[in-house]
Amino acid sequence: MRAVSVEEAVAMIPAGASIMVGGFMGVGTPERLLNEVVRQHKTDLSVVSNDAATPGKGIGKLFDAALVSRLTATHIGLNPKAQQQMLANQLAVDLVPQGTFAERIRAGGCGLGGVLTPTGVGTLVAEGKRQIEVNGTTFLLETALRAQFALVHAFLADYLGNLSYALTARNFNPIMAMAADTVIVTAEHIVPVGVIGPDHVVTPAPLVDYLITNG
Amino acid sequence: MDAQTVIARRVAKELRAGDLVNLGIGIPTLVANYVPPELKVFFQSENGLIGTGPIPEQGLAHPLLTDAGGRPISALPGASTFDSAMSFGLIRGGHVDVTVLGGLQVDGHGHLANWMIPGKMVPGMGGAMDLASGAKRVIVAMQHAAKGKSKIVAKCTLPLTSTRPVSLVVTDMAVIAFFDGRATLLETAPGVSVAEVLAVTEAEIAIPDAVPEMKI
Repeated sequence: MRAVSVEEAVAMIPAGASIMVGGFMGVGTPERLLNEVVRQHKTDLSVVSNDAATPGKGIGKLFDAALVSRLTATHIGLNPKAQQQMLANQLAVDLVPQGTFAERIRAGGCGLGGVLTPTGVGTLVAEGKRQIEVNGTTFLLETALRAQFALVHAFLADYLGNLSYALTARNFNPIMAMAADTVIVTAEHIVPVGVIGPDHVVTPAPLVDYLITNG
Repeated sequence: MDAQTVIARRVAKELRAGDLVNLGIGIPTLVANYVPPELKVFFQSENGLIGTGPIPEQGLAHPLLTDAGGRPISALPGASTFDSAMSFGLIRGGHVDVTVLGGLQVDGHGHLANWMIPGKMVPGMGGAMDLASGAKRVIVAMQHAAKGKSKIVAKCTLPLTSTRPVSLVVTDMAVIAFFDGRATLLETAPGVSVAEVLAVTEAEIAIPDAVPEMKI
């Protein structure tokens, strides 16, 4: 793990990159990283994020600045800007059931090709997907999701990069920290090694590539 | 009593001590208000919490503790938090005893459509498809009709949420169950006759000899 400034970290992300962004309706989102992505005007991004939050908040800022060309998400209904961009064909949206979304990311981080889920069988979600029968039950084959970068927000990060999360701000952050080539983390507090006890580390340090420094 | 209150009060009667329950947005959210305090039920919020409590008092909200709509909530003693893969493992894995979902249409076989109106409303399904596919019991809480048009339809014209039939539909007029894939009228709302229910029910529905009134 290397501690870097937010400017330096975002400079590594090229235009057109694929990025996973933690958070659920703007809770547990790495806001400082997103602010910097907007400031450096990284365009044509492929984003994997649970939702589009709301304008001005969390991932919503990327839609305010029209930086996203492709979005994989479970729900965008509370962001009218993302909806407008989708209807105007400026933004390609792949809507995925939330449990499937989580498992596709988990599979991507765990070396699996995908998962078999009963969710979506016989619905619009099944279109174009392989169906596989196991012991008499039909499942959809849902393929793994990965990205070049994961932008993760933790509650505590220690000097080595061990992470823990708080309350409902955990959400997709730990599984995204497994599923990208480069993992960049912001934390509410950076603390000495040992403050997060071994039993309370959720994301082990070797998964973290860059920790954003304070101030 | 308004329509939403009738529905929420009746659904609350379905919950049992120790149940792990997930409430959808809209009318389902109101159900928590009518669970007797002595009945210990665990409420799950799919963004990663079991043990959701009421909206915190002014000034006590925590920005990292919200419901699935991003609104501040509280956590009760004994609450637990977890990531989204765990949260949906609970849902899909049959660990959630009851989910209460809103509905746009339910057909005579218990198929639910509640996530999309093509060309009009395409917000995304969020957790609805996993809840409808995986929870042990799926209860739909919705108005019986919208603008005079039945929401209990012969066949769903809107995209399905799941091909798995729901367990129960509770409306402002009736309680309907699906036995062997067939709609059956179990109860009518206070002051509503069977004939009035039938007048706004498009689906074929079995009427037992005795149809009691909802006890709310």
